Amino acid sequence: MMNLTLKIWRQKNASDKGSMVDYKVSDISPDMSFLEMLDVLNEQLINNNEEPVAFDHDCREGICGMCSLYINGEAHGPDRGVTTCQLHMRMFKDGDTITIEPFRATAFPVVKDLIVDRSSFDRIQHAGGFISVNTSGNTIDANAIPVNKHDADKAFEAATCIGCGACVASCKNSSAMLFVGAKVSQFALLPQGKVEATDRVLNMVKQMDEEGFGNCTNTGACEVECPKGISLENIARMNREYLAASLKG
Amino acid sequence: MALDSKVPKGPIKDKWTNYKNKIDLVNPANKRNIDVIVVGTGLAGGSAAATLAELGYNVKAFCFQDSPRRAHSIAAQGGINAAKNYQGDGDSTYRLFYDTVKGGDYRSREANVYRLAEVSANIIDQCVAQGVPFAREYGGLLDNRSFGGVLVSRTFYAAGQTGQQLLLGAYSAMNRQIGRGKIKMYNRHEMLDVVKVDGKARGIITRNLITGEIERHSAHAVVLGTGGYGNVFFLSTNAMGSNVTAAWKAHKRGAYFANPCYTQIHPTCIPVSGDHQSKLTLMSESLRNDGRIWVPKHMKDVEAIKAGTLKPKDLAEEDRDYYLERRYPAFGNLVPRDVASRAAKERCDAGFGVNATGEAVFLDFASAIQRYGKEQAHVKGLNENDAALVTKLGQEVVKNKYGNLFQMYEKIVDQDPYNTPMMIYPAVHYTMGGIWVDYNLMTTVPGLYCIGEANFSDHGANRLGASALMQGLADGYFVLPYTIGDYLSNDIRTGPISTESKEFEEAEKEVREKLNFFVTNEGKHSVDYFHKRLGKIMWNKVGMSRNVQGLTEAISEIKALREQFWKEVKVPGTNEEYNEELAKAGRVADFLELGELFAKDALNREESCGGHFREDSVELDGEQKGEALRDDENFAYVAAWEYKGEPSDAVLHKEQLEFNDIELKQRSYK
Repeated sequence: MMNLTLKIWRQKNASDKGSMVDYKVSDISPDMSFLEMLDVLNEQLINNNEEPVAFDHDCREGICGMCSLYINGEAHGPDRGVTTCQLHMRMFKDGDTITIEPFRATAFPVVKDLIVDRSSFDRIQHAGGFISVNTSGNTIDANAIPVNKHDADKAFEAATCIGCGACVASCKNSSAMLFVGAKVSQFALLPQGKVEATDRVLNMVKQMDEEGFGNCTNTGACEVECPKGISLENIARMNREYLAASLKG
Repeated sequence: MALDSKVPKGPIKDKWTNYKNKIDLVNPANKRNIDVIVVGTGLAGGSAAATLAELGYNVKAFCFQDSPRRAHSIAAQGGINAAKNYQGDGDSTYRLFYDTVKGGDYRSREANVYRLAEVSANIIDQCVAQGVPFAREYGGLLDNRSFGGVLVSRTFYAAGQTGQQLLLGAYSAMNRQIGRGKIKMYNRHEMLDVVKVDGKARGIITRNLITGEIERHSAHAVVLGTGGYGNVFFLSTNAMGSNVTAAWKAHKRGAYFANPCYTQIHPTCIPVSGDHQSKLTLMSESLRNDGRIWVPKHMKDVEAIKAGTLKPKDLAEEDRDYYLERRYPAFGNLVPRDVASRAAKERCDAGFGVNATGEAVFLDFASAIQRYGKEQAHVKGLNENDAALVTKLGQEVVKNKYGNLFQMYEKIVDQDPYNTPMMIYPAVHYTMGGIWVDYNLMTTVPGLYCIGEANFSDHGANRLGASALMQGLADGYFVLPYTIGDYLSNDIRTGPISTESKEFEEAEKEVREKLNFFVTNEGKHSVDYFHKRLGKIMWNKVGMSRNVQGLTEAISEIKALREQFWKEVKVPGTNEEYNEELAKAGRVADFLELGELFAKDALNREESCGGHFREDSVELDGEQKGEALRDDENFAYVAAWEYKGEPSDAVLHKEQLEFNDIELKQRSYK
């Protein structure tokens, strides 16, 4: 069992200035997940008539992309290949002080405490993250167009992005290029997506810029912190797609 | 009100086609004047919203998460069934229909299930066209795998993330329509009531979870795709936010709730590790293709393993009890989910559970690793007798098949499943019961529709693996968009629905009063305190094995707990801000009512079927001794409950199930 000091970002709402506040928790089991440790803190705060810490979470199995904490200076904390909900307390030791902040970026304004607004990601998807096919069911047979397995696998790997925003939070420029590159790549690699590849990359990149995300300077922090291991290759592929599209345009 | 399923006449294979040819349509110009609300953005809600918008309706879509992409369909792992027969192994629409009805232990509606099987193939075409990256073979064609309870390979998949890929497909279809302005998306909004005007569903009341603002939204029809209610057990594989509130509010406004006691308890989940546990994690059914389930034969070995003096892998073969292989030699480790779960409970109740809590069995990959390792050594011309080499090669094969699941297990349990067997135990996973709907997917409230897991219609008393994704997308892409037109064709002259009516005003007032109660109540216990206690009652008395005494106790205990909740619940903060405790309080209040109806339904159904096991309804002798015993004579009906105030006052309506195309039989997996 562990006793810990938590330094947590508290911010009442979007217009509040916000500050770090210290809390103590005790009897934390190493088998708890990080969010279960925060559940313990919140139960304690409620019982003491204090306001619980607000944080985003939902599936608690690393796939929905809702949890988004910046722990000891790293998106999703010190473990690799996991989201915050999959991070376990056995990564920490008795007596540790843990700093917990929201994902910080201009395009991710804080909503409350550790919750940020990531609707900028949705708006980039609205701009082009789809294939323009009707869902009427009158499409061709699924096996009518064979897809090279290598490309299909690469498209799948890009498509496993969970849209959590760790890439943006980890980037010194708050760039969203790993996120956008993953979606552009998924479709660019598939014959079904190639048809409107030109418009897609131009529209998505334009929206990304309008949202206030920064540029990529190839430091690679996003790839390291990405809980799903989305590869930097996807940024390179997007840049090629963008260049080709711009020349066509 | 008598229940009318509205199943069309005629042979089962022609019903849907003939019906579609005859139903009323709304012309494209008129669709522009019709509004539809869709609540929930999982596979069912997301696909319905996209398709309705594409058809030309004005759609307003709602989800409580920060983006539609986060709905819990995203967590489905294994795959999606479709009767494509790409493998040429004898699959057909009829066979998928038959497997689903049999797997559901003959408690689903034949016509709905047939239609599901019929449209299944189209789902795959649709998803591929949308850019869903399904697994493929080297020739570039789609790959398939097998799932429990069937004899063909009809499951399409995208590694262990099939739900994620399908949901992102539906999300992309929604995004296209959001971009075109045909869907107005409301993220972080929770539906807190349905509004009925002149007996028809005409809108909803929502709370903006960021600002606390209460809003009125009107439409010509309302569609609920709000998922299942497994979180009534507190611990389940559902997401933390998954709840019954939308469905329950609909129930209170007149929608009958069908078969609430049909719950799927999935056999392979990571066991509970302590009181701090907030949710449970599934290990895909696909693992049972290669994993063997066992506990020690002798109590002394159980104790040694618990004490840590004996490593499970060191226990000799003859001292292990592979109880599924022993009891069900024909299907072995691949018996359906309900059967596998009960068998695990039986061994653990007898004291053979292998972890500290006594609630875990082993899922062992050692023999699969050896088998694959030898095969690889043979293929590569290496020494098949080199134990270390064989193990290494075998582990590589297993890693390729299940790597992401093994990694997930290792992160949670901190043990390496390549070298020691996994520990697993059953957990609540899916609810087959839900809002009663007719063939059109309309509830007993005109203009109120219910799709996906939230309705009751297709899985009977037990769902087969890889069928939930199929149903969600079938309902949303291919069924509802047709059937809703038949209803909306009467609304082309109605014009916009005003939110200034007394019905909206009253519904809003009720919502506000409840929220005000929570934030002003001087209680002493948190919402979770009550939720956890409810979960314990449900799990212990309304869980995998049920009896009259336990169910009767559960009903009175839940009622007492509900009364205590309304006196002693403590919710910090105010309504006018982001307040998760307030959102949870409303959800748990509804679970406390649903839980009682759930137990009441289980008490009423004096038979064992699928996931509902009654200890007083078992085979007494013969080969099937001790197995679940159905009672077709008295219980071949859908139990649809009408709300009358307290859950104890709910009135039972029966929809008799007719089986014209499938013969009712005892399910045997021996």
